[in-house]
Amino acid sequence: MIEAALSRCVARFMPGATGVTGAAMLSGGASQETWRFDIVHPDGAIGAILRRAPKGYGAAPGRAAGLDNEAALMQLAYEAGVPSPRVLHLLTPDDELGTGFIMQRIEGETIARKILRDADFADVRPHLARQLGGIAAGIHGVARDELPTSLRELSATKEIAELTREYRSFGWPRPVFELALRWLAEHDPGPPAEVTLVHGDFRHGNLIIGPDGVRAVLDWELAHLGDPMEDLGWICVNSWRFGEIDKPVGGFGAREDLFAGYEAAGRKVDAARVMFWEVMGTLRWGVMCCGMMQRFREAPDHSMERAMIGRRASETEIDLLRLLAPRGAA
Amino acid sequence: MQDEPTPAELAKAVADFLRNDIAPLISGHQGFKLRVGINALDLVARQLTSAEQGEAAELARLKALLAADGSLSDLNRALADKIASGAMDLSTPGLKEHLWQTTLDKLAVDQPNYASYRREAGRTDGDA
Repeated sequence: MIEAALSRCVARFMPGATGVTGAAMLSGGASQETWRFDIVHPDGAIGAILRRAPKGYGAAPGRAAGLDNEAALMQLAYEAGVPSPRVLHLLTPDDELGTGFIMQRIEGETIARKILRDADFADVRPHLARQLGGIAAGIHGVARDELPTSLRELSATKEIAELTREYRSFGWPRPVFELALRWLAEHDPGPPAEVTLVHGDFRHGNLIIGPDGVRAVLDWELAHLGDPMEDLGWICVNSWRFGEIDKPVGGFGAREDLFAGYEAAGRKVDAARVMFWEVMGTLRWGVMCCGMMQRFREAPDHSMERAMIGRRASETEIDLLRLLAPRGAA
Repeated sequence: MQDEPTPAELAKAVADFLRNDIAPLISGHQGFKLRVGINALDLVARQLTSAEQGEAAELARLKALLAADGSLSDLNRALADKIASGAMDLSTPGLKEHLWQTTLDKLAVDQPNYASYRREAGRTDGDA
């Protein structure tokens, strides 16, 4: 039972802690799990999150940065002033919980539709784009020499090649994706002026937001070294606007506000590169939707959700056409 | 000849039952999954009702664009190859209109409530 192992674990690293209660899995795949629980402490319960790879799944697959890197990056982000949960403990073999880490749990909302529609967030919504610009600048400002050495570097050229290979592996022809791949190859901006830490998945779902603003940036699984404009382009992808298509930044703000927040924090925006990464991001989400369809067909669980995400690839096709071949234009 | 009701009518009847009579009784994660399932049935009903006509028009456009004969899958593959090689691009007469019409027809089945689709489907200028 995970609560017994967690209780032994917290008693070892946190003075005064006597056990845990309320352990519940929030999300789980074959290789990675997220659990919430409360640490029982004489000063009051402490909300915590466990991120772990169960035993036998230590290696990070594909693009993933790995749980050790995630913990290190979250800590570095915290120190750089980026809203982040504190990392409380790195799992050791003695913990018998697999590999991973325990972090502070931050309360707030991650569900885009609530953030975009609920009255609780009405006052903060107009300020989020600018705030996220400042946060992105904080992430990109983390000193290179402090970063984990195993972080991989991903250039635009390499990302185009990876997306092409993945899309082709599905064996299903998509003329609109081909058009986007050509466009990307022809508009590859080359190496950025400065290679920085890139969050890699800076969007709704990975941001904890409260009525007071952004409380935490989560999920460093796709972090890498690369073009900082990638994060600004990804958060503008239409798939994360949830219907608010005229507010490019997460459905709540304007690019100008995002850029102003970024530049106010002392970093420079290259709007053409941001646009390039928005196209790349739109295609990337489309390819990920197709990947869901493959996993639906190949995996034993026949997940209906995955199957239906496969039918959302066409959303990215219309968004790519709106970006690359707008109607009414010559 | 198979009898009536049609598959589309059956799928719609099941979706309506789940939506109106069952969904209000179920909450939480199972409720979420139920809604996904209802959406899937609605999608199936839309595809059974409207895809045939769209795909016939798509096939005709592909034959004209490529000056070739073949199945929808063969010709889409041929078009994808031509775009990948640079033999066709947005300056190719008819390509942009074809991609737009094909994509709009896909969205009409897949996600007719998607905001980008609603906006583009509502355009009246006819300038693809």
